[in-house]
Amino acid sequence: MTERITRQDVAHVADLARLSLTDDELDAFTVQLADILDHAADLDALDLADVSPTAHPLPLVNVFRDDVIGPTSDRDEVLAAAPSVEDSQFKVPPVLGEGL
Amino acid sequence: MSARHLAEAVRSGARSARSVLDEHLDAISAREPEIHAFNVVLTEEATAAADEIDRRVAAGEDPGPLAGVPVAVKDNMCTRGIPTTCSSRILEGWIPPYDATVVERLAAAGAVMVGKTNLDEFAMGSSTENSAFGVTRNPLDTTKVPGGSSGGSAAAVAAGFVPLSLGSDTGGSIRQPAALCGVVGVKPTYGAVSRYGLVAFASSLDQIGPFARTVSDAALLLEVISGHDPLDSTSIPEAPADLTSVLDRGVEGMRIGIIEELSGDVLEGIAGDVRARLGEAAAALEAAGATVETTSVPSTVYGLSAYYVIAPAEASSNLARYDGVRFGLRVDAATSGEMHSATRTAGFGDEVKRRIMLGTYALSAGYYDAYYGKSQKVRTLIVDDFARAYGRYDLLLSPTSPTTAFSLGEKTADPMTMYLTDVCTIPSNLAGHPSMSVPFGVGDDGMPVGVQVLAPAMGEPAMFRAAAVLEAAAPPGAAA
Repeated sequence: MTERITRQDVAHVADLARLSLTDDELDAFTVQLADILDHAADLDALDLADVSPTAHPLPLVNVFRDDVIGPTSDRDEVLAAAPSVEDSQFKVPPVLGEGL
Repeated sequence: MSARHLAEAVRSGARSARSVLDEHLDAISAREPEIHAFNVVLTEEATAAADEIDRRVAAGEDPGPLAGVPVAVKDNMCTRGIPTTCSSRILEGWIPPYDATVVERLAAAGAVMVGKTNLDEFAMGSSTENSAFGVTRNPLDTTKVPGGSSGGSAAAVAAGFVPLSLGSDTGGSIRQPAALCGVVGVKPTYGAVSRYGLVAFASSLDQIGPFARTVSDAALLLEVISGHDPLDSTSIPEAPADLTSVLDRGVEGMRIGIIEELSGDVLEGIAGDVRARLGEAAAALEAAGATVETTSVPSTVYGLSAYYVIAPAEASSNLARYDGVRFGLRVDAATSGEMHSATRTAGFGDEVKRRIMLGTYALSAGYYDAYYGKSQKVRTLIVDDFARAYGRYDLLLSPTSPTTAFSLGEKTADPMTMYLTDVCTIPSNLAGHPSMSVPFGVGDDGMPVGVQVLAPAMGEPAMFRAAAVLEAAAPPGAAA
């Protein structure tokens, strides 16, 4: 049995997932995530030592196509959906700033 | 009128696509303010499309098997030039530069898209109460939920707004709302329908499928959207089976197993009235010549736990793309890192945040083996158990939902209670198998009950044959 998820764990995964939580949200999510993970503890009763994992329902293989030129998305149409664009490129705030 | 009859009437010139559309737009005007099935109704676009169908019929052309049939599309499928929101603030106002393959196939078959339907944000939910744009109500009782996540698509069909709609099903998101709204809903074999242009939730589980008022109409729509697509690398290369021609073949000689674990006392909460209808459905199949018996598929009880690790894990990865850079919402901040956080925090609702964090945790160092690794092994057990069961049975049977439609707000405070409503539908997604919900009478509250027919991969023909038998034998349903 794995230890129960803590408030600190939730704060850590929120940070990893780029989400900012208020103190109240942190409290509520900690209780809810712990409940969900507690339910998953029923899996601890299973002997899975010799069972191989399934990641996907189909036997996945690489799919190749002939190297021919086909229609692709229109650049201007794609860029038109972006919040900020300059010189046909996506524009973002400074990546290297204070505190990074 | 069925979609088949509407299409026949339009193709033969007996009815105009425009008159068919106007009739459905009138139905939408009358009740949509109360139901809220749609995020957007495309009156102008649909009118132009219907007029084009009529022009082609007049010119002697055949617009296709869905000629002039109004359809609704869940708002997590991309539509070129038309906003696609996933009922999330983070995609509000985003206009896709391409169509999903299913949307192209609908248009190529002559269907007229009348709107995009509401859903639980990013298809995460079982009641359509997690939408950023407001709840959808069950047309049969507006104090009840329509189910979810494809609640808008189910409600649109149940309310008579459209004869056909498309939903997506990751853990039951087509079948459960179909059951709660009293319509037919199908999750096809994984890979049978292209996922190109379906906004990803959990890629190894997601599958698009039809809602309809009849089994025959569901077969018609599934035939239109099925088939190999080079743009989806998980698309099955083999040609899809013909469903329409086998619908009336019955179940004589078929072996059908009722899944004990999902239908009786093993799990808490399978309601008495739902069990009673399941028993009657089994008797109807037996009367039609099938052998029906109860059978054990033991690991199905672990499906829920495995699913609520695997689906959030895949979601946490898929939803990393919403970073305010290339499309959708951006909340400005001094640095890119702060912009990512500010954007995601403002753009995602609580259920989406919960699942992203759950998935991130299940995949994080130190917990991967305990949660994600273990769940993937349980997935193998479920696949193996189904394989054993399908060695003895052609089809399996269970309830679709443990209960009839619950009240708005009843389960929103406790996520785990909401998740438990998916317990019967999840195993098919984990195995990649087809299954469908067929309305079969009503519960003690007068609301519809759905019976789930499960089949092995590519088993749609037998599944639809049994569904047709159930439909013909079903007691009266609930009236909208």
